Amino acid sequence: MSEAAAPAPAGTGAVRFVSGLGLATLLLLAGIMLAFSVGRFPVSLADLGLALWSRLVGQPSGLAPAAEAVIFNIRGPRVIAAILCGAALAVAGAAFQGLFRNPLVSPDILGASSGAALGAVIGIYFSLGIFGIQSLAFAGGLLAVALVYLIGSAVRSGDAVLVLVLTGVVIGSLLGAGVGLMKYLADPYNQLPAMTFWLLGSLSGTDRSDLLPLFGPVLAGTLVLFALRWRMNVMSLPEEEARSLGLATGRLRIAIVAAATLVTAASVAAAGVIGWVGLIVPHLARFIVGPDFGRLIPTAAIMGGGYLLLIDTLARSAAQVEIPLGILTAVIGTPFFIWLLVNARKSWT
Amino acid sequence: MTLAAERLSFGYPGRTIGRDVSLIVKPGEAVALLGPNGGGKTTLLKTMLGLLSLHDGQVLLEGRPLSAMSVAERARLIGYVPQAHAGAFAFAVRDVVLMGRTAHQGLFAGASAADRAVAETMLAELGVGHLAGQPYTQISGGERQLVLIARALAQEPRYVVLDEPTASLDFGNQGKVMRRIKDLTGRGLGVLFTTHDPNQALRHADRVALLGSGRLLIDGVPGEVLIEERLKALYGADVETVQGADCRQRAFLPV
Repeated sequence: MSEAAAPAPAGTGAVRFVSGLGLATLLLLAGIMLAFSVGRFPVSLADLGLALWSRLVGQPSGLAPAAEAVIFNIRGPRVIAAILCGAALAVAGAAFQGLFRNPLVSPDILGASSGAALGAVIGIYFSLGIFGIQSLAFAGGLLAVALVYLIGSAVRSGDAVLVLVLTGVVIGSLLGAGVGLMKYLADPYNQLPAMTFWLLGSLSGTDRSDLLPLFGPVLAGTLVLFALRWRMNVMSLPEEEARSLGLATGRLRIAIVAAATLVTAASVAAAGVIGWVGLIVPHLARFIVGPDFGRLIPTAAIMGGGYLLLIDTLARSAAQVEIPLGILTAVIGTPFFIWLLVNARKSWT
Repeated sequence: MTLAAERLSFGYPGRTIGRDVSLIVKPGEAVALLGPNGGGKTTLLKTMLGLLSLHDGQVLLEGRPLSAMSVAERARLIGYVPQAHAGAFAFAVRDVVLMGRTAHQGLFAGASAADRAVAETMLAELGVGHLAGQPYTQISGGERQLVLIARALAQEPRYVVLDEPTASLDFGNQGKVMRRIKDLTGRGLGVLFTTHDPNQALRHADRVALLGSGRLLIDGVPGEVLIEERLKALYGADVETVQGADCRQRAFLPV
């Protein structure tokens, strides 16, 4: 039809956005229903609604105490944590991809994950409690990126962005060596399995007390990124162009890196190292709603949340034992990414 | 009220490329910067835009030193049109032009209705309004160059600086884009562009400046400045002049 060749009408982008966001939200809701209904103690949608309603109005729900415990203390917190972590990684991935003008960048490009990993294995090595381990992981992620940024800014030769990426790679591998050293020194019967398990990513130990330290930073960082959405579009242009359009790129880059690192570190501290989500979900979101960050950030957040929730549901139900999240995201992510490369290339290059 | 380089030394950190260059761009006039590869044209352009820090001398924008202005202030006065590139992400053409409004917006603000109207107007005026909804990555090189000019105009600047605006364009598009650039002077804008083609300077510029080995050799009316001997010396190559039958038009050919 000749209509197909005609230029897109003005509203097309908005229609794509609303339908993309709506679809992602529906999938997320379906994922939540599925997550509650799968497991050794299935919770139906009706029971979930009843329990939430009774909490809201302060009346007893009439459900078995075990069902309430599953909803509010076990599965509920885990579902929320999965959504928050997935959303965080996807938003951070989108931000870093824009900042580095490269769709193949993931949230650990500046060492956030490797820093958090080192913090966590140090915590495990010194037999700290779960809170200590998570705090060290969070601090490790922030410190690693701060270090990368300081070194990168001190090197005053060539392209600032390229220097930053290279510094991130170098520091990341140094931190990786640190993780290796801690594993080598660790007690092989007790600590080493804990480290290995943590490094592969899991939400199995999540309870209600984990939610606030996760929710706070993720919300704060995401809000900052969303507030800067329009500037982030311009930041995805070559440095000189962004400056000639009136952006103080140096300060803005620090703000974006800080916000994206905050959400990444919080997620890694809560769930361990989970790759692929921050790489694939922004791609998929961009494929659906386009590269404009005002649309990309909310869509990526909802899709990332739904995606990791689905992965986590699979992780705890597919086998007798929990499957580490990092392994599942890789197994699902690799073929998916190849499919994207083959089929969707035109949309972002 | 001008964009002026005064006894400017410029280059990269630790490496001076050009010295003692004085050049003035007035509103309503198109100045072509002509010179061989490596002569410092692009470096001079970027220094006059404030993208590179100058080594000596000064750049004055409407009488004020460029170095005393914020990047946003500069962007409201000078629009920059880089060489057209594909870009990493498939922004809609409309959104690319809207980015020209950045310096007119607050830190957290998005595009206002007025910003959108300016962007649509500029797209229409450059004859690429029909591309507004298409991905910037999927339009042709000539169209991209026009979109980037529209983006610079959306800044509502007083000067527009273009880096080899026709470098990667086909024969027909070169003329089309150059005519659009010439039109900018009709709006009272001062235009500064670099080019590899003396004929372009001859035909479309009000003034031409020759830059060789980092020095400004001569600056004046194209019809007087551009003669065979000067071009031979500037490029270190043989040049042939082709005269029109009525002796009013001429063009140069590299031999």
